[in-house]
Amino acid sequence: MAACAECDTHRGTPMIQVEQVDPARSPQTVPMVCMHCKNPTCANSCPADAIKKDENGIVHSSLKPRCIACRNCELSCPFGVPIVKDDIQLMQKCDMCFDRTSVGKKPMCATVCPTGALFYGTHEEIQQLRPNSKPVNRWRFGKQKVETRVYVMVPHDVDEMVVDSPEFGQTGAGSILDSERDSGREFL
Amino acid sequence: MTPEEYIQKYGPHISDSPATGWDAKPAPEKLVKTHCCFCGMQCGIKLAVAANKVVGFEPWEDFPFNEGRLCPKGVKRYMQTHHSDRLTDPLIRTGKGFRKASWDEALDLIVSKIRGIQAQSGKNAFSMMSGVSLTNEKSYLVGKFARIALNTANLDYNGRFCMVSAGAGNKKAFGIDRAANTWSDIPKAKVIWIAGSNVSECFPTLIHYIWKARDQGAKLVVIDPRMTAIARTADYHVAIRPGTDSALNQAILHELIRKEHVDRDFVEKRCGGWSELARSVETCTPEWAGEICGVNSDLIRKVAELWGNTKTSFLLHARGIEQHTKGVDNVLSNINLVLATGRIGREGCGYGTITGQGNGQGGREHGHKCDQLPGNRDIENPVHREHICKVWGITDTELPRKGKSAVELYEAMHAGEIKGMINICCNPMVSHPDTNFAREALEKLDFFCVIDFFMSETARYADVVLPGSLQEEEEGTTTSAEARVVRIRAAVTPPENAWTDTRILLELARRLGKESFFTYPDNEAIFNELRVASKGGTADYAGITWERIEKEKGVFWPCPEIGHPGTPRLFEDQKSYHPDGKFHLHPTPYRLSYETPDTEYPIYLTSGRSVFHYLSGTQTRRIKFLVDQCPGPVCEMHPALAKKLQVSAGQLVTLETRRGQLTVPIQVTEAIREDTVFVPYHWPERLAVNQLTVHALDPISKMPEFKVAACRIRPATREEATKLRSDYANLKLEAPRT
Repeated sequence: MAACAECDTHRGTPMIQVEQVDPARSPQTVPMVCMHCKNPTCANSCPADAIKKDENGIVHSSLKPRCIACRNCELSCPFGVPIVKDDIQLMQKCDMCFDRTSVGKKPMCATVCPTGALFYGTHEEIQQLRPNSKPVNRWRFGKQKVETRVYVMVPHDVDEMVVDSPEFGQTGAGSILDSERDSGREFL
Repeated sequence: MTPEEYIQKYGPHISDSPATGWDAKPAPEKLVKTHCCFCGMQCGIKLAVAANKVVGFEPWEDFPFNEGRLCPKGVKRYMQTHHSDRLTDPLIRTGKGFRKASWDEALDLIVSKIRGIQAQSGKNAFSMMSGVSLTNEKSYLVGKFARIALNTANLDYNGRFCMVSAGAGNKKAFGIDRAANTWSDIPKAKVIWIAGSNVSECFPTLIHYIWKARDQGAKLVVIDPRMTAIARTADYHVAIRPGTDSALNQAILHELIRKEHVDRDFVEKRCGGWSELARSVETCTPEWAGEICGVNSDLIRKVAELWGNTKTSFLLHARGIEQHTKGVDNVLSNINLVLATGRIGREGCGYGTITGQGNGQGGREHGHKCDQLPGNRDIENPVHREHICKVWGITDTELPRKGKSAVELYEAMHAGEIKGMINICCNPMVSHPDTNFAREALEKLDFFCVIDFFMSETARYADVVLPGSLQEEEEGTTTSAEARVVRIRAAVTPPENAWTDTRILLELARRLGKESFFTYPDNEAIFNELRVASKGGTADYAGITWERIEKEKGVFWPCPEIGHPGTPRLFEDQKSYHPDGKFHLHPTPYRLSYETPDTEYPIYLTSGRSVFHYLSGTQTRRIKFLVDQCPGPVCEMHPALAKKLQVSAGQLVTLETRRGQLTVPIQVTEAIREDTVFVPYHWPERLAVNQLTVHALDPISKMPEFKVAACRIRPATREEATKLRSDYANLKLEAPRT
């Protein structure tokens, strides 16, 4: 995120997010870049035709003259990537560092990622680096099948990432109930 | 002035934009290849410079250690350079706060105070405290300045709050204070053993090496009371009670002996003290240690078996085992596991402490410490003294002897024995244990001078504050945690009327009448003198030149002569640096921490770092992105303990120890032991966890016990909560727009 904000086309604004998976149980975090779907749900659901995929397969932020900030993209993306920025009334998201990748550099996030959680390179390179896992770009969300330009590393016996029954309605340990607010306990 | 008034006037304010704003980034005139200032990894980075301003950065992908990788502190580091909080003029205390002064007036005042205090109370009544975010050149200069210009024995440094137990343990076992291998041996090892290091937050770029090892089938063991991000991925996470590392290691050694995993040839021929060590663990069964450490004895057996059965391994440790009243014992107990299996000095067989501060390695080698002379020489050794006297052109009687260590300095200030101090590169009002005690000590000083680039919380207690320089404003070198000497480049000059630290020290020396000892045309001349001074010592830099460092992308010491290739891996000849050439084994009988929980204070308190802040936070608490991610201290607490205390997530609680109290929000998480709470330490005053810690010391290393204290916890009162909300709001004061 820190590095993403350094990119010249959107200076000061990170286009990727870091999610805490289950902060009450584990310090695990996941960086969330745009997966750049081959058939992007965000673009398909856009009534204003404001989200475009270019010839390199990169799905871009919403086009300024067209976007009506309706948030369909936010609601439809199975990965939760697009975010409509209230102050500019546009959807902004990761464009795979178009200004860097188009001149032969790696995206800023993957260049500086200290742990290798994000990697930009060829299949051959990653197979050599991570012999115990393999890249997969096929997903199934309920009945929807999605193919992405960005791959995730999974065990060798997995061919498809399946997300069947998301657990809704969990109350994380981080949330404060109104009853607690009123109980004389002090919070920030 | 109140702390709130200081914050209003001098910050920390948070800044979220580069010197030239976000909108227009001027085309950089140059990309300066230098290193990140924010930890011992010393990652290569290219600073983008235009019109004497650092306007951004580019990853330096050719630098061999990090290949472009950086942590968020490294990415945002350039935002400190032209921050609106930078001090740009000398400041002299008035009745209320400070007034700007000329350099002449400020320096004259300092010199007259030094002379007055030393004439009245003796040379050693004036002291100096320094830090190892300074380059090797500045560290060496501080050592020489204190001994010759101030002529005081009382110089010490903030490594005393950091890794000094590791240094002492390494010297006892190996006769040399350095990681035994470069990090490139980590991926070649089949077992990685990490004791007391939150590598994922404190050394993010080192993770790459550990995961490379795991990708090639290595097993990972992590010893930590918390499930840190690295512990989460471990094959075995041994979540011991704080302060019980040496007991665990004794039991592991016991198992190694019982299961015949000891390299008999190595311990008998290459080591000294084996039979005594073996005897010392005869009764240290896994059951015995399991009871002390609060972990299952089967787990201890399993990790012992893993350590015993492998052909290659790398053992790493950091502050988690070192910041104890038995820090040296903890370090030695880990080294014993390495030596008992003979896995050192070969490819894929490694050991090392992960030094934390920017120049934590180099800065602790060249005379920065109260008992040390350049080249990691001993200030009480007549042969060592003779060599340095010759290099410096003084007689033995002119060279002070061993002085007081950091906490002992503060005790002497508190007792009124030490009356004056110059403090550079150190913020004890955050980092000193028992900060209330430290504050009293500072308030008792007759004269206190601080050299810093920002108004640190410690500088608030100064009589004179001199505006110094950042790492990117001076030429020099640092030595990374793997003992690679690297080049630090001056990307820009200090702003406005600020001076480089070197210029300040040289000018003070001149005004103290010692100019003839400090005639350096440039910083390279200081390095060249350091090379001569270090020659023949264990930390030998004689063969390292600035030119070589740049050409070879770093040189590993020892490097005794120009043609020498440097020494990436130590002990390849299976010999230590002790005169007898043997590795020294030391029994480490388990003893209790200075303070352990009792009925009055029933909970363990431990402290540490966050990935978003560097040490006392003087720099990182001013950068908005980092503050947004981690605005202030929180107390990590297990849900079972939260339930017992009847407190809930996010609630404000007050932690109390025998030294003080701290109000913080709690973060309820299963990633910590039930009997232990954790608070990171980067904040000052009422937000400092160090209000709670003890200033009891390790008898050998004089390291304070930051990692263990006994506390009790209760819900915060309305008044405490109001204060905390106000303190939290002050952490997010925006810098005024220019």
